[in-house]
Amino acid sequence: MAVGLSLIFGVMRVVNFAHGDMMVWGMYLALVLSERARLDPYVSFVVCAAVLFLLGALVQRTLVDRILDAPHEMQILLMLGVALVLENLALMVFGPDPQRVSSSLSAATIWIGPLFVDVARLTTFALAIVLTLAVYLFLFRTRLGRMIRAAADNTYGALVIGTDVRRVYLMAFGIGAACVGAAGALVSGFLPFQPAAGLSASVTSFNIVIIGGMGSLIGAFVGGLLVSVAESLGAVFLSPSLKELVSFSLLVVILLFRPAGLFGRRAT
Amino acid sequence: MSESSAGSSPVLLKVDHIAVAYGDLVAVSDVSLEVRRGELIALIGSNGAGKTTTLRAISGLLPLGAGRIELGGEAIHGLPPSKIVARGIAHVPEGRQLFPTLTVLENLELGATVSGHTRGNAETLDWVFRLFPRLRERHRQLAGTLSGGEQQMCAIGRALMARPTLLMLDEPSLGLAPVVVRSIFENLVEINRAGTTVLLVEQNVLRALGLCHRAYVIENGRIALEGPRDALAQNPHVKQAYLGM
Ligand SMILES: Nc1ncnc2c1ncn2[C@@H]1O[C@H](COP(=O)(O)OP(=O)(O)OP(=O)(O)O)[C@@H](O)[C@H]1O
Ligand SMILES: [Mg+2]
Repeated sequence: MAVGLSLIFGVMRVVNFAHGDMMVWGMYLALVLSERARLDPYVSFVVCAAVLFLLGALVQRTLVDRILDAPHEMQILLMLGVALVLENLALMVFGPDPQRVSSSLSAATIWIGPLFVDVARLTTFALAIVLTLAVYLFLFRTRLGRMIRAAADNTYGALVIGTDVRRVYLMAFGIGAACVGAAGALVSGFLPFQPAAGLSASVTSFNIVIIGGMGSLIGAFVGGLLVSVAESLGAVFLSPSLKELVSFSLLVVILLFRPAGLFGRRAT
Repeated sequence: MSESSAGSSPVLLKVDHIAVAYGDLVAVSDVSLEVRRGELIALIGSNGAGKTTTLRAISGLLPLGAGRIELGGEAIHGLPPSKIVARGIAHVPEGRQLFPTLTVLENLELGATVSGHTRGNAETLDWVFRLFPRLRERHRQLAGTLSGGEQQMCAIGRALMARPTLLMLDEPSLGLAPVVVRSIFENLVEINRAGTTVLLVEQNVLRALGLCHRAYVIENGRIALEGPRDALAQNPHVKQAYLGM
């Protein structure tokens, strides 16, 4: 999820508060596919990614495209608006109660050496690594990926050399949303969710992206690991309701020492 | 630098009484110029005269308030920048505008990505490397870590990768040492001799008049003077205002 956010922010400098809700939609989609089509979330995440790609592209083409030159506040407002619409739509369609998708892997556990591991979480973790790698390869090995990096680096430069920047944005936004959709489906087997979960997911993923460094994929991944470790430790040693406190303290400390985030480049 | 044999060749670029504004501020009020196939034309003027604005309008980066722009007889104003690059105009912008975290090679290859298509890539790349051997040596280096002169070479190389018929350059001499400027200007003459038409924007009037065929002088958003370089170099106003004589 943070990978998707990093991609969108890196390229377009659009702060996307709708990401959490897009993730929640990915989860509900996994739920529907599981109930109606008997698809396990570890299979249906591909479908969720594809559908969210379309949703992301649609939001970009119809809404974000109009405000790319507007100041950041406007973009935040717009994306908050999109987030509200998505959240309330989910509320209308699925109701407010927490849901959970059943997966064949949910109950399974294995021992790895001395550790007792939940197979579902392990699979999710492995797939997250694969996904991050795939996005990385896409960005560094394909022509479109190179164009996305160029536009992120210097949008005006990209425009001058004749890049169709709107199309590049569309793809970046779509791929970002697809990552989020896949992430949603992949965690839907063990994280209960409800429509209201979107905002806190957005905030957490922001935290991750800022810790890792805006626009850095590796940063997003490392940031994600750090935040989840910090939150679990916080939940164990302090109290589960204080886990956000721990991750935000981590954010503050890291920003004190590395204002651009762990892997971020200093703004010039 | 012989007198233009291109003086009678067909008009490639025709800028016809264009006006360009940033909001309420009119930066270019009346600019007309013609560039013939094979020519090397200079557009000179002092700070804020409207040189960059003119180039950006030609590239489709700014909308016209009035007038028209034709390339090879076809109107191109109103087209998006990607279409204009595809028609054969490459723009080396003021301040180079490279992609600093990408390698030199990636920067160059991106220049060949005209609206998603890559044409004759390897051959053009080889030509660029022959023009600027420094770029070949440093092709794996990040563009942001190049020296100023090398960055300018990279920006020119990136534009050439699109195989333009018209190469437009916005103050390529800016911030560079005189030796480097001389070498880059020699490259421009070579590029022009190889068949690429060049429109060069410069504040370095002495140098620009030394290498162009004809020049236009822009003042306060309008063309004030135009003519062959020798005539302009002898013009009392040019001498006094731009050559400090
Ligand atoms: N983005 C902008 N917004 C508002 N005004 C601008 C903008 N860019 C340029 N201008 C104004 O337009 C006028 C022409 O600027 P332009 O950049 O075309 O000049 P120039 O001839 O390229 O000057 P220089 O030699 O300093 O590069 C100037 O008065 C400038 O202040
Ligand atoms: Mg300028």
